[in-house]
Amino acid sequence: MTSAPQPVASEDVVLAVRDLTVSLPAGMERAHAVENVSFELRRGQILCIIGESGSGKSVTANAIMGLLPRSIRVSSGAIRLEGMDLVGRSPERLRDLRGRVVSMIFQDPLSALNPLMTVGAQIEEVMAAHGVGTPKSRRGRAMELLIEVGLPDPPLMYHQYPFRLSGGQRQRVMIAMALALEPTILIADEPTTALDVTTQAQILHLIRDIQRRKGMSVMFITHDFGVVAEIADSVVVMEKGHCVEQGSAEQVLKSPSHLYTRRLIAAVPHLTGKDRVPAEAAAPSPVLKVEGLVKTYRSGSALFGRQRIVPAVNGASFDLSPGRTLGVVGESGSGKSSLGRVLIKLLDSDSGSILFEGRDIARLSEAEFRPLRPKIQMIFQDPFASLNPRSTVGQILTVGPIAHGVPHKLACEQARELLAHVGLDAGTFDRYPHEFSGGQRQRIGIARALMFKPKLLIADEAVSALDVSIQAQILKLLDQVQRETGVSMVFITHDLRVASQICDEIAVMHRGQIVEHGPPSQIFLNPKSAYTRELVAAIPGAQQSSARSAGSQSTLAGHSHK
Amino acid sequence: MTTIVAHAAPTRWWHSRAVNRFMRHHLALLGIAMITLLVLACAIGPYALPYDSLHIDLRARFAPPLAGNHYLGTDPLGRDLAVRLLMAGRVSLAVGFSAMLLSTLIGTLVGVTAGYRGGWIGAALMRTVDGFLSYPSIFLVLALAATLRPNPVMITVIIAVTSWMETARIVEAEVRSLREREFVQAARMVGLSRAHIMFREILPNAMGPIIVAASLAVARAILLEAYISFLGYGIQPPLPSWGNMLNGAQQYLASAPWLAIIPGAAITIAVTSFNFIGDGLRDALDVRNDNF
Repeated sequence: MTSAPQPVASEDVVLAVRDLTVSLPAGMERAHAVENVSFELRRGQILCIIGESGSGKSVTANAIMGLLPRSIRVSSGAIRLEGMDLVGRSPERLRDLRGRVVSMIFQDPLSALNPLMTVGAQIEEVMAAHGVGTPKSRRGRAMELLIEVGLPDPPLMYHQYPFRLSGGQRQRVMIAMALALEPTILIADEPTTALDVTTQAQILHLIRDIQRRKGMSVMFITHDFGVVAEIADSVVVMEKGHCVEQGSAEQVLKSPSHLYTRRLIAAVPHLTGKDRVPAEAAAPSPVLKVEGLVKTYRSGSALFGRQRIVPAVNGASFDLSPGRTLGVVGESGSGKSSLGRVLIKLLDSDSGSILFEGRDIARLSEAEFRPLRPKIQMIFQDPFASLNPRSTVGQILTVGPIAHGVPHKLACEQARELLAHVGLDAGTFDRYPHEFSGGQRQRIGIARALMFKPKLLIADEAVSALDVSIQAQILKLLDQVQRETGVSMVFITHDLRVASQICDEIAVMHRGQIVEHGPPSQIFLNPKSAYTRELVAAIPGAQQSSARSAGSQSTLAGHSHK
Repeated sequence: MTTIVAHAAPTRWWHSRAVNRFMRHHLALLGIAMITLLVLACAIGPYALPYDSLHIDLRARFAPPLAGNHYLGTDPLGRDLAVRLLMAGRVSLAVGFSAMLLSTLIGTLVGVTAGYRGGWIGAALMRTVDGFLSYPSIFLVLALAATLRPNPVMITVIIAVTSWMETARIVEAEVRSLREREFVQAARMVGLSRAHIMFREILPNAMGPIIVAASLAVARAILLEAYISFLGYGIQPPLPSWGNMLNGAQQYLASAPWLAIIPGAAITIAVTSFNFIGDGLRDALDVRNDNF
């Protein structure tokens, strides 16, 4: 299904980028955003541009659209759209082409839609801007498009404002806008990155479907090899502004020739379906035993008007043995992050018990719980927001232990040791967080959590903000830490592939409830609940990984062909 | 393979970029220059000039500026206007700065507490702010000044007490958004006390808006002091302030206009300079103003 070659009729090239060089203003970390990049987009094909953050893939897309910021310009090379060079064209000419011949969909559909305009008005605006049709014909066309992108109840949807729509629905609206003028080329810049895995699968399917039906050419920018395997005809791999490899999807995925591509593919977490060899033998008593945990959010005032009640965690129960990792997976809004925050008492629970080393911490007050805080630590999702920008790394690491009475000198010593342990050099101690990359910051976050030698670590989406190659390193580090210290871990993630890499057991959460709980082999190969089955089937690139891990093939293939 | 050497950052990005943006703001630089000049003149000037600010010379009444030894002329009692202007500057600027410090302190304390605690404590504090704001501060100032003994310290306190609300609101909004950031959650995770989180973790991150508000507060405080002194409830003669110099000049507006123009110009220069600095700081600390 993935890389079936297109018919011969599509051999002609719609978009050719030749030796494109885009220079950055002086003082940036490198001189060129992209340098000598060449590739071709053929008629009726999907070209995936893949690379990690900073590889120049979005700059390339923006250069084609003529949407580069003023301080960045194309310094040499050509962008030929059906034989016409776009570089150096007047802004008016480019504006005319945008939307009509080339259109684009963006990563974040919420910020790309105007919050003050109805869905219908926004789609019509695209046509009106190019002087196409009459108000009446535009209205009819907008309705057609809403049907085409598979939105439920188009007449109702037409009058809705973006905030009422889910992420997937918004992305469908973006696609409808992009399709309004039947463009020859659709540029999709990470259109599914902000979406849940099941929604992502639907949107990928929709793009593929529309592309086939209309014979459109699609340039699809992504960082996820799973998505590439799902959708691409041909692939361009970019690294630090250079195009390092290109070819058909099959060729690049199956037999990558460049070292970077090989490393990138190897780093992609794939479903193993095999159970992890636990770090420690099963102990008789669990370190954490959660029973019937409930957390409900109330918004609005009880005094004025109606109170809105949203159940976030609804009767969760599980236990965790020492030295084991429990994965908590689920889509956004499933309550997995709330669960993590309740466990560490950053949020108060409404009912249920959290037995930590046999003692119920759910009912403890903040003051009573403070002496226990060192034993339960957390690794946060966003390595940029979780470190105080005004503190040095040393202060960030030592402030906690010092507050708990550890002498300053000893705390500093421990901090330096830990930094070395998580793979950072000695100079790190006196630097500020902004001097580090995302992966390095996450190492600092891990070091902070380890300062107290905790018994329980809660990792809340600890690797989801990182590039795949960094992700693999951090997962390895966490595994190593667990094997050395015997700490138990609750690993919260939306990515089932990541969960399959590191967890001994996995709990699948759906609308605040744990719908399935078991070892990875059960969850991925023989899921009991319908929701888990749906979730596993939606994992992009499932065929690719099932081809790799023999034995899991039959079950996975069975789901993904639905 | 696992050891990663931190790539050397060329400079402290935050500092250098903000300073760069500030340097591009020419009016703010002009403001800094004017204030520096004014402060230096007030500090050194009275020693350099040959007269005392209280020295009465009835033979030299109403001397116009640039006539004889009195560079800026003399007042109805023959006192040298230049010395009086600089001595008044000491009082006015000192009152302005101290009132700013005090009001920023109050505003920050209230703002951080209300922003971080939230709930009924936050609501009570912010409703107090609303209460103060809904009362016209000029009347409040005048009412207080009329009942309390007006001396520079009292005037400072009165101005501070009626102008901390703006800072409180800015800080409260800033802290409320910072409170949700993960580094604050992390600080709670490692078991830091509430006071430590509020003042050591959050406050340094809210300094930008506080500094901007403070620079604008100086301008406001100088203006308020001039206002109440002009009305006669502020700094009392013979101690000069820019405001009471204006008050004394009223009746001679037609015959000796320089008596009003000179202190008026001093107030204008000081207030606009502080406003320029405030604008410059606001732009410099706002990352969105980077042209990249």
